[in-house]
Amino acid sequence: MRIPVSWLAQHLELPEDTTPEQLADAFVRVGLEVEDVTSLEPVTGPLVIGRVAEIEELTGFKKPIRHCRVEVGTVPASPDQGQEADEPDGNSGEDAVGRPDLREIVCGATNFREGDLVVVALPGTVLPGGFEISARRTYGRTSDGMICSAKELGLGDDHTGILVLPSGTAEPGTPAAGLLGLDDTVIELAITPDRGYCFSVRGLARELSCAFDTPFADPAKVDVREAAGEAWPTSIRDEDRAPRFVLTRLTSLDPTAPTPWWMRRRLMLAGIRSISLAVDVTNYVMLELGQPLHAFDTTALRGDLVVRRAEPGEKLRTLDGTTRDLDPDDTVICDDSGPISLAGVMGGETTEIGPNTTDVLLEAASWEPASIARTVRRHKLPSEAAKRFERSVDPALPAKALERAMTLLVRYGEATVHRGRTDLGAIRRPAAVTMALDLPDRVAGVRYERGVTARRLSQIGCHIEVSTVEGAAVVTALPPTWRPDLVQPADLVEEVLRLEGYDTIPSVLPTAPAGRGLTPGQRRQRAVSKALAHAGYVETLPFPFVSSSVWDDFGLDEDDQRRRTMSLLNPLEADRAELTTTVLPGLLDAVTRNVSRGRRDLALFHVGQVFRAKDEQPPVPPVAATGRPSDEEIGALHAALPEQPVHVAVVLAGQRELPGWWGSGRAAGWADAVEAARLVARHAEVPLRVRSAEYAPWHPGRCAELLVGDEVVGHAGELHPKVVSALGLPARTCAMELNLDALPLVERRPAPRVSAYPPVLLDLALVVDASVPAAEVTEAVRAGAGPLLEEARLFDVYEGEQLGAGKRSLAFALRLRASDRTLTVEEATEARDAAVAAAADRFGATLRG
Amino acid sequence: MSLGVRVRAPVSAVRNAVDEGVNRRLRIGLFSTPATRESTAAMSGANDSYDPKEVAALAPETLARAVEDAASEFAAAGDLDELRAIKPAHLGDRSPLLTARREIGALPPAARSEAGKRVNEARTRIEALFQERLTVVEAERDERVLREETVDVSLPWDQVAPGARHPITALSETVADVFVGMGYEVAEGPELETEWFNFDALNFGKDHPARTMQDTFHVAPEGSDLVLRTHTSPVQVRSLLDRELPVYVVCPGRTYRTDELDATHTPVFHQVEGLAVDRGITMAHLKGTLDAFARGVFGPDSRTRLRPSFFPFTEPSAEVDVWFPEKKGGAGWVEWGGCGMVNPNVLRACGVDPDVYSGFAFGMGLERTLQFRNGLPDMRDMVEGDVRFTLPFGVQG
Repeated sequence: MRIPVSWLAQHLELPEDTTPEQLADAFVRVGLEVEDVTSLEPVTGPLVIGRVAEIEELTGFKKPIRHCRVEVGTVPASPDQGQEADEPDGNSGEDAVGRPDLREIVCGATNFREGDLVVVALPGTVLPGGFEISARRTYGRTSDGMICSAKELGLGDDHTGILVLPSGTAEPGTPAAGLLGLDDTVIELAITPDRGYCFSVRGLARELSCAFDTPFADPAKVDVREAAGEAWPTSIRDEDRAPRFVLTRLTSLDPTAPTPWWMRRRLMLAGIRSISLAVDVTNYVMLELGQPLHAFDTTALRGDLVVRRAEPGEKLRTLDGTTRDLDPDDTVICDDSGPISLAGVMGGETTEIGPNTTDVLLEAASWEPASIARTVRRHKLPSEAAKRFERSVDPALPAKALERAMTLLVRYGEATVHRGRTDLGAIRRPAAVTMALDLPDRVAGVRYERGVTARRLSQIGCHIEVSTVEGAAVVTALPPTWRPDLVQPADLVEEVLRLEGYDTIPSVLPTAPAGRGLTPGQRRQRAVSKALAHAGYVETLPFPFVSSSVWDDFGLDEDDQRRRTMSLLNPLEADRAELTTTVLPGLLDAVTRNVSRGRRDLALFHVGQVFRAKDEQPPVPPVAATGRPSDEEIGALHAALPEQPVHVAVVLAGQRELPGWWGSGRAAGWADAVEAARLVARHAEVPLRVRSAEYAPWHPGRCAELLVGDEVVGHAGELHPKVVSALGLPARTCAMELNLDALPLVERRPAPRVSAYPPVLLDLALVVDASVPAAEVTEAVRAGAGPLLEEARLFDVYEGEQLGAGKRSLAFALRLRASDRTLTVEEATEARDAAVAAAADRFGATLRG
Repeated sequence: MSLGVRVRAPVSAVRNAVDEGVNRRLRIGLFSTPATRESTAAMSGANDSYDPKEVAALAPETLARAVEDAASEFAAAGDLDELRAIKPAHLGDRSPLLTARREIGALPPAARSEAGKRVNEARTRIEALFQERLTVVEAERDERVLREETVDVSLPWDQVAPGARHPITALSETVADVFVGMGYEVAEGPELETEWFNFDALNFGKDHPARTMQDTFHVAPEGSDLVLRTHTSPVQVRSLLDRELPVYVVCPGRTYRTDELDATHTPVFHQVEGLAVDRGITMAHLKGTLDAFARGVFGPDSRTRLRPSFFPFTEPSAEVDVWFPEKKGGAGWVEWGGCGMVNPNVLRACGVDPDVYSGFAFGMGLERTLQFRNGLPDMRDMVEGDVRFTLPFGVQG
């Protein structure tokens, strides 16, 4: 909300030297967020009121151009004028003095007529932005100054035409800067949802009076005149929706009556365009008091008014020219023709007041905030009125706001007040709140001075009673009508604390009980993250939003469970509405981005949640938030969520080992990806099994399935060439992804015994079918060699003609050792033979001869 | 025995693996030279008849000269090879000394003892001279060889490029560590949440404007009551439902709002939430905790201040500003996050009696924290995954 300081000050008794910055600081101190403080830029030089004497429309230009003669006062007697008098045209200075001073000014606006009062910047004037006016030739004429728009004067953003002042504002030639009030400051505030009353000068001035402890003159202190009869017959069908509904009527309004300058100026500075007196008055009263008003053209109404919920199929064309399909949850005001206004949000076009309206029905109501909020959301129709109603408006205001509006329209629009008033419903007053008198002290951790709580609560408008209940002092506060947000003791506490100042609250560290530190899972995630970074991977944090086309690019089967995604109703990018089920798409995007920026050797990783829809996603049960839900309800809430395991993934492209003075580099390959999985498993302290598998998006011959026990926890290897090409990735890009949450959290307590006896080192080469996985042969060798085997390391893999087609040799270095004696070569050989036998038994392995 | 099996000699030394290595290194270091002792297999020639000329070889002056000659020639030997080459001339079979010794038998028995003693003395002396010179020459050789093996240690060895962790990850951990140090535990929760956890239990009325101000990503289908969490605050509720009181938890995590990505906004961001619920918790405790938090993240001289504000789940509520000396453009205040005393309605929704327990909560955006703490110009750099942004942060932690 934007509000000029001069308007606020009108309702306050502030010291003369109070600066706008002090006001802004005070707002912040009591809890209003100041977004901007803008002083109007000064205007210097001869800025004067002018009267348009003559307009000549110039033709032949791309846009309408007017050449005007503007009266800017009378020609004064001055030395300059004296010199002109000697000019040969015979226009004597003596004759000119006292005659109207007419200036030729070229103007591109068309919103004025001869006789209008305008603001003229004569040559030498400097307008906001350092814009200096001088006489010049333009469009073939002389322009001896400029007729100003509101924007050019720094009064707002309205640049739709020049500023036309109401007749009688001032005589031509009057210096304009002071008259127009160009010396002011606008404070822009963000109003939090709990403080609807601050959407008004009334509310803001009240806050300042609390902040400065100065008296406050309530602009809503208005005597409502006696009325007789109805203003318009009306019935309320849904009282919940309209707790109060008030109508008054004005007749014989002069529709051409201009809005007085002071009102237009305030509206302009508040960012509201001036339309017509009637509309301006409703807006002005809304800004002043916080009560939105609506004006109907009475002659357009057809029969009695009814306030009710919309019926299915009903439509309404609102003031913004949009035809809206109404929802049965919308509240509408109807006449015999159907809905004529979307209550509390926006009026309808058929009953809108126009340039000929003389008979006005003014409406002021209290609308139920939640339904207004829903209507705004549903129709995406935020309005100044709705902004206030959805935060709730003081229900005591409607009749007073109407009275204020009528007074203004009678005075400036020469309207006549109709004697009737329709006033339905009643003022709903907030309930009294009782709390221990020292609760603010206990919440703040401060011992406030005696009487502070009662004083502060009175200051914000509460009616206070202090009493003793069971020996303890309690305060009962009856909140004012504009504070429906004060419903529980904590709300009262905040009022006391904020007005006393948060800066009076000391800094004290609480003593938490001994904590248990990080959980094993949290420690594991840290360990994995650090290990990958130490191994040369760079962490990225990609968004989890993907397009469903990525699953086609990945070559996933139609029934692949990774296609079973949750999706967003309102994605930022329409083609990325799905929540990812794997972290690879985001990582691969990052590869592409880095490559496009000239970085080719990449090793990236990410650790993050993915979203996996359940086979059947149970609906979220309705659960109240008034007390702890039952265990069943909590269980049902949890069950309604998709699975969201934490995945860890890496992608590799380019060189894994770089070339250098030591020799050539090594391209990243499938084995690096698998090794990344082993690294993760090692830091998760679980044994990982690796076996080949065919799984998109990996290369069918270069894909490892990663297992812990018998559970598949992920995959690693080189990506399928088709995927690489579909995603525009570097050739032979590799990837690993595993479900970190699927790794069991084990508490290992190793108790190694180290033998000091000498080992026997034996080498062993086995020939097996090339299709037999090395990991399984190794396992067989280990199992076969028995407890004397300390280590079996595969050190060579060989395929060659002498082995025969489809065969390969796997060479192991065995280290055998006994824990209690020096092993003999015979014993070691026996263990080795057992290893050979086990491999022969399982895979038909033979010793390489 | 098959070709496939090769027996390697067992190494008998205990802890042989280690010892082997050590020995290898030692050997390399000492450049030990095999003994250069010449074969002393005697050439025959004893018991030759007495010959005065020969006997002159045993004369003290002859022996003294032999020692002097040896001394000067050893000293002249510039390296091991030269030294080795001249050794036989002074200690070998044909050296004056050995010649002299062979003459001892020719002496009359009475003179043999003294002559033998003289020869031995000379021999001991020459051997000592040789050893002395050998030590020096070997040391010189060792030094030269080491010098020859000199390398340029400034050469790079960046065969595997370094990795790095994202600064948001590291900052999350720093924050968690600060609070773990104060006795807090780290709580977690899902990113896709029910509206009940994200809004209802946090005292957001169904149609309250605060709910729409959160710029929520809604999950299909319409009316699913599922959202991407707009803040880490649902973890407050989860913690209060799951844990025994008192509860002191901190929760860093990923959150979502429908803000377009620009220099200061990102739709996917990280928050850290703090919650303390205990008997007698006050706003002064909140202030003290925030000050400690600020010191942990912004340095020992930093501090916080509170401004009244509104959040549905806290009452009273406040915005937190942080002051720190290294702020870009000079020490000063920056908006940091939101906080307040847990709204009694939230406690009630979690089954906690607000008449017995009170609590505080706070939440800060980590991207924003990182941005103004480090003076980073553009938040987009944090989300795009360009390694040039992340690498300078290193592994951290």
